[in-house]
Amino acid sequence: MYETLCLSALPEGESAYVTEVNAGPAMDRRLTDLGLVRGTRVTCVLKSPAGDPCAYLIRGALIALRRTDAAGITLERRAQGQPVGAAAT
Amino acid sequence: MNRVALAGNPNVGKSTLFNALTGLRQHTGNWAGKTVATARGEYSCGGREYQLIDLPGTYSLAAHSQEEAVARDYIESGQADGVVVVCDATCLERNLILVLQVLELTGKVLVCVNLMDEAKRLGIEVDLPALSRRLGVPVVGTAGARQDGLDDLKEAIARLVGQDAPAAQPERPPGERVTLAERYAAQVVRSQAADRLRRQRRLDRLLTSKATGIPLMLLLLGAVVWLTVAGANLPSALLTELFARLGAVLEGWLSAAPEWLRGLLLDGVYRVTAWVVAVMLPPMAIFFPLFTLLEDLGYLPRVAFVMDHAFQKARTCGKQCLTMCMSLGCNACGVTGCRIIDSPRERLIAILTASLVPCNGKFPTLIALITIFFVGGRAGLLASLEGAALLLGTLALGAAGTLACSRLLSATVLRGAPSSFALELPPFRKPRVGQVVVRSLLDRTLFVLGRAVSVAAPAGALIWVMANVTVGDVSLLARCTGFLDPFARLFGLDGVILMAFLLGWPANEIVLPVMLMAYLAEGSLVEFEDLAALGALLTQHGWTWVTAVCAMLFSLFHWPCSTTCLTIYKETGSVKWTAASVVIPTLLGLGLCFVTAAAARLLGLA
Repeated sequence: MYETLCLSALPEGESAYVTEVNAGPAMDRRLTDLGLVRGTRVTCVLKSPAGDPCAYLIRGALIALRRTDAAGITLERRAQGQPVGAAAT
Repeated sequence: MNRVALAGNPNVGKSTLFNALTGLRQHTGNWAGKTVATARGEYSCGGREYQLIDLPGTYSLAAHSQEEAVARDYIESGQADGVVVVCDATCLERNLILVLQVLELTGKVLVCVNLMDEAKRLGIEVDLPALSRRLGVPVVGTAGARQDGLDDLKEAIARLVGQDAPAAQPERPPGERVTLAERYAAQVVRSQAADRLRRQRRLDRLLTSKATGIPLMLLLLGAVVWLTVAGANLPSALLTELFARLGAVLEGWLSAAPEWLRGLLLDGVYRVTAWVVAVMLPPMAIFFPLFTLLEDLGYLPRVAFVMDHAFQKARTCGKQCLTMCMSLGCNACGVTGCRIIDSPRERLIAILTASLVPCNGKFPTLIALITIFFVGGRAGLLASLEGAALLLGTLALGAAGTLACSRLLSATVLRGAPSSFALELPPFRKPRVGQVVVRSLLDRTLFVLGRAVSVAAPAGALIWVMANVTVGDVSLLARCTGFLDPFARLFGLDGVILMAFLLGWPANEIVLPVMLMAYLAEGSLVEFEDLAALGALLTQHGWTWVTAVCAMLFSLFHWPCSTTCLTIYKETGSVKWTAASVVIPTLLGLGLCFVTAAAARLLGLA
């Protein structure tokens, strides 16, 4: 069983893989520049005092994203090495 | 001369490398017609001259922002004989995305993997020869902060410009670039979770968590402010005494000069300048290095992270928190710093509200008024803690004013939703204490002090002339302050205070000395020695605690200094927005003063 969730719902300390990036054209581009695309592993590392923004580990770098932006990124939890989109099948 | 461009992501130590290579042989400025900073510098190696062009740090060359366009255009133009792409060894994978992008524009590329020492400490190893084979271009490793590998880098650059390079690679779709970077990184980077990485994460959690993030932030800022307040007293007193002695010597030399010249030079120019140096230098020489230390450690992005929710509420960019921190040093720096904000709407809001954060030049005035009127002129540990707490409160009021005005602008003339926001939190770095002290003293302290002194001297002369040239029976100064007085009284101030703020337009540092000169010139022959004497002088001229509160509020919120105004005009290219940046803080300050004065009057408190 695979579980689909959006990045803003990823609990602190947990990781998942990106299946879809849909946070608006400008943000999608910025995220691609930062290496966040389909298949990327993302870990939620820090939550700010208000719970928003959160900081995520993306390809070795710590990036803070606001909840509204993170909500546009869909993830699935799966074992490493399995194909992207396996949750859908 | 060979031209070599330096490209790379932000926070990879590109500027440190640039400084290490070129030393003092560099020139900074703006790219023609753009508000993007540029730095060029020269160095020689093996008898040849090289010019280095420091391109803006970007995550991409897709030309979505001015910085990206500048970097892309320059690389594409072929003006450079080679491009050095600087990478951060601690997150090479992300950095390789930009490397691949550059390789699609030109083949004359040298990859410089920087921060190798830090990566090693974090348990990360990079196989440089393997990376070079994969990319098809030379790769060198450096540790810019420790100057390791600089000679290798210079030699590699010499080889790069001297030989034929492979052709540029065909352009790839962005997603493919990311996948390729991932594959290369998997092949050349070996990392094992090191204790150090765990320590970094622990420190991060401590500094940003719900329970400790905000208290620690206030504690750290409070400590910086306290050290500034407490540490500045003694050197200030010593400097004041030194200048008094020097003044006596000067008086001896000028004994033969006509009285008006002696007055102009000694009572005017010398006294104001001496005051500015004595009162301003110590707090600045303490505050700037401490603050640069926090900056060097990588703490400021964490502050922005912790504070971002408030900026979200104000519908602005969280990076505004960083520009506010820069404003704390110098408002003009804060305004220039707003370039890091991508959205034009949010950048404009940050620029318009930049001067609501008190700059270093306002600290002496605020500290003096706090000490005289609210700490009762006492000395000692408790008093300095009290003074620091009050100054911290004043800073918090400045931050609150910034957020409130930003929200107001977002709801009115600069309406819009907050744009998307991605802020990198770079790894904590051990601050290079020696370099920090030297850099902050040379670049910031002396620069700001020089500007203040060059304004203080003519202002001192002007105020002396105004106090001594009489029209009818009344001095020019008395006429001016008398004219302003009724208006100023409405706001809990008096004519002299308002006049001092007007004359202090070129530099906030001179507001208090101008006030002092004006009061002294009005007949009473009080000699200024210490804060107690200053307090007595102010009380003698009708100051109460309400006057002090209003003067502090107005010091916090009034028009930006002339340098800041000019910078705002340069950054916005608009007279209208420059005018707005003058009007907004002035109205806020006058409004708060009016309410305070009226409330105090109504309640019979003063």
